[in-house]
Amino acid sequence: MRGSERDFIKRLIDNSPHITVSDEYRKAQKQPAAERWPDGAVEVRRVKPLTEVRGIRGHAQKLVFVESLPGLRAAPVLMGSVVLTFAGRNEGVTLNGIIPAKMKGVSTIEEKLTQGSLEALAANPNGIVIGEGLAKKFGLSMGSVVNAASPGGEVRTLKVVGIFRTGNASYDENQTFVLLKRAQGLLDRANRVNRFIIQLDDPYAAREVAAVIERQVGYKAVSWQESTEDLMSVLLVRNLIMYSVVSAILVVASFGIYNTISTIVMEKIHDIAILKSMGFHARDIRRIFLAEGVILGVLGSLFGVTLGMGLMWLLAQVEIKPPGASDLVHLPIYWGWEQYLLAVGFALASAVGAAYLPARKAGRVQPVAILRGLA
Amino acid sequence: MTPILAAERLGRVLAGEVPVTLVRDIDLEVSRGEFLAIMGPSGSGKSSLLYLLGLLDTPTSGRLLLDGQDISGYGEDQLAATRLRKLGFVFQFHFLLAEFTVLDNVLLPMRRLGALDENAARRRAEDLLEQLGLREHARKHPHQLSGGQRQRVAIVRALANDPLIILADEPTGNLDTHASANVQQILHDLTHQLGTTVIAVTHDVTFANAADRRIGIVDGQIDPEWRM
Ligand SMILES: Nc1ncnc2c1ncn2[C@@H]1O[C@H](COP(=O)(O)OP(=O)(O)O)[C@@H](O)[C@H]1O
Ligand SMILES: [Mg+2]
Repeated sequence: MRGSERDFIKRLIDNSPHITVSDEYRKAQKQPAAERWPDGAVEVRRVKPLTEVRGIRGHAQKLVFVESLPGLRAAPVLMGSVVLTFAGRNEGVTLNGIIPAKMKGVSTIEEKLTQGSLEALAANPNGIVIGEGLAKKFGLSMGSVVNAASPGGEVRTLKVVGIFRTGNASYDENQTFVLLKRAQGLLDRANRVNRFIIQLDDPYAAREVAAVIERQVGYKAVSWQESTEDLMSVLLVRNLIMYSVVSAILVVASFGIYNTISTIVMEKIHDIAILKSMGFHARDIRRIFLAEGVILGVLGSLFGVTLGMGLMWLLAQVEIKPPGASDLVHLPIYWGWEQYLLAVGFALASAVGAAYLPARKAGRVQPVAILRGLA
Repeated sequence: MTPILAAERLGRVLAGEVPVTLVRDIDLEVSRGEFLAIMGPSGSGKSSLLYLLGLLDTPTSGRLLLDGQDISGYGEDQLAATRLRKLGFVFQFHFLLAEFTVLDNVLLPMRRLGALDENAARRRAEDLLEQLGLREHARKHPHQLSGGQRQRVAIVRALANDPLIILADEPTGNLDTHASANVQQILHDLTHQLGTTVIAVTHDVTFANAADRRIGIVDGQIDPEWRM
C-alpha cells in the first residue's frame, strides 16, 4: 500500500510539472467600477468581453520574476492543438512549443527519448518530437515528414527528430514538441506564451511557492498537489481503509494476548498468592504480567516484521501490467524503516494494553482467598 | 515488656447474603520469643485467626498491635510492606515457587526487601540453608525434595528477612513423624536460641507439647476451658 502510494506520488511529481502557471485567472476579474467602490451596489450592464489574444501578458518579465525565486527552474511553453497529417491520415494532437534548453530543467522528457535528442530539435526549426504511440499509429520513424495544420489554417511541414516513450499510452499518443518560435508561428500567436512550467528542488514546497507566484504574477499558478487533489483524496480514503483493517487485526491480536496473559494469571494464581503473602505489592505483580505482555509483543513484532519482509520480498517479485501503461512493472514496494517502527510501536502498545487488564487482576489477587481454597 | 503481638476483641465477619463469623472477640497477647500453639477442632477458625494475626486478612472489628504499632489503619501496600519486613509464613502444603531453585526461593523476599546486596543476601541464604541441613539442595528445584525438606525450605524462606514472627499453619500436618519432629525442633530452637516468635496452628499433640503455651479455638472464639 505504502509502496504503491509512494510510487504513485513519485510518478505524479516526476511526470507532471510541480507548478503550472497558465493564462487563466482564478477568479473572474472584477469590473473597474466594482473595484473602485467595493462596498457599493455596482451593476455594469452589457459588459463586452475583452477580445484578448489568450496568453500570459508580459510573460518575459514575469518569467524573470519567477526565475528569481530560489530553488526552482521555469520554462515557458505555448500549448495548442493542431492536426497532424501523414499519408492521408489526420490526427489531432497537442502541440507544445518549447525552448529545449529551458525544458531540460523542468521536465524528464529528455530521459524518455528513445531516439533523437532535444539538441536535434534545438538545431532544427522544423523539427518535431513525438511519442512512440503516435509514431506507431502513423507508421512514423526518425526523419519522417508530417504536415501540421492549426485551427487558424496555418500549415507547416515538420520532420520527426525525436521519439519518446513515457509508458503512459495517452501521453505517448497525444503530446508533441516543437520549438517555441515554430509553435508561435503555427498557432498564430506571435511572441506569446500560455504556460510556465516550473520544477522545484523540493516538490513538497509547490503549494506555497505556487501561492507566491500567483500573488505576484496574477495568473493562476497550480501546484501538483492542487491539480491532483481528487487523486489525493482517493489515496486518503485508501489509507483510511488500510489503517482500519490494520487496526482490526491489532484488536484481534490484542484479544489473543489478553487471553494468553489471562490464562497465565489463572495458572499462576497460586504463585501470585505466595508472592503477595510474602509481601509483594500489587504493583510488583502487575509489573510481572505487563512485562510478559511486552515480551509477547516484542517476540510477535520480531516474528511479524520478519514475516512481513519476506512477504514483501515475494510481492516485489510479482510483475504486473497496469492499465494505461505499455510496460510490465514490478509491484512497487516501499521498504522504509519508519513503517516497521510504526507497526512495532502499535503492536507493542496494543500488547501492553491487552496485558494490562489481566495484570491488574493479578495484582488484586487476595492471598487469603487462595489460601482458604487450599486449607 | 510490651507484647510483640496484641489482639483486642478481634473479629472477622465475611459479608454476604448470610454473613459468616470466622472469628470473634479474640483477646490475645504474644510475647517476644514465645512459641504459641493454636489448637482446636476442624473448621473452628484457627486459620482465619492466623491470617488476621499475619496481616493477610483485615479484621472487621477490634484492634491489632504489631510490635506496639496499631495496624488498623494500614492500606494494602503498607500491610504488604509490613509482612515483608516483620513476618514470615509457613503453610501446611509447601508453598514454594516450582520454577525457582531452592536458593532463588529463599532469595525472593530478600531481593524484594533489598536490605542486603546480592552477595550478602546469597551468603545469608546459604547460611540459613546450611543451618537447616539443606546446603546440598540449594540448586535443586522443589519437586526434587521430600516433603520434610520442602517444609524446611519454606521455614528458611520465612526466616530470610529476619522476621519478628513466624506464622505457621499446620506446618507438620503433611509430614511423617520423623520429619515432623525435625520441623518441630527447628521452630523450637528458633524461639529459644534466636528469640523469634512462633505462632503455629496445629493438630499435632507432640508438636503442641513442645510449645511454650497452647490456646484452644472453638467456634471462632478462644475457649479457656479447652484441653488437648
Ligand atoms: N469464604 C468462606 N465462605 C464461607 N465460609 C467460610 C469461608 N472461609 C472459611 N469459612 C468457614 O469458616 C470457618 C473457619 O475456617 P478455618 O479458619 O479455615 O478453620 P480451621 O482452620 O480452624 O479449620 C469454617 O467453618 C469454614 O467453613
Ligand atoms: Mg485451617
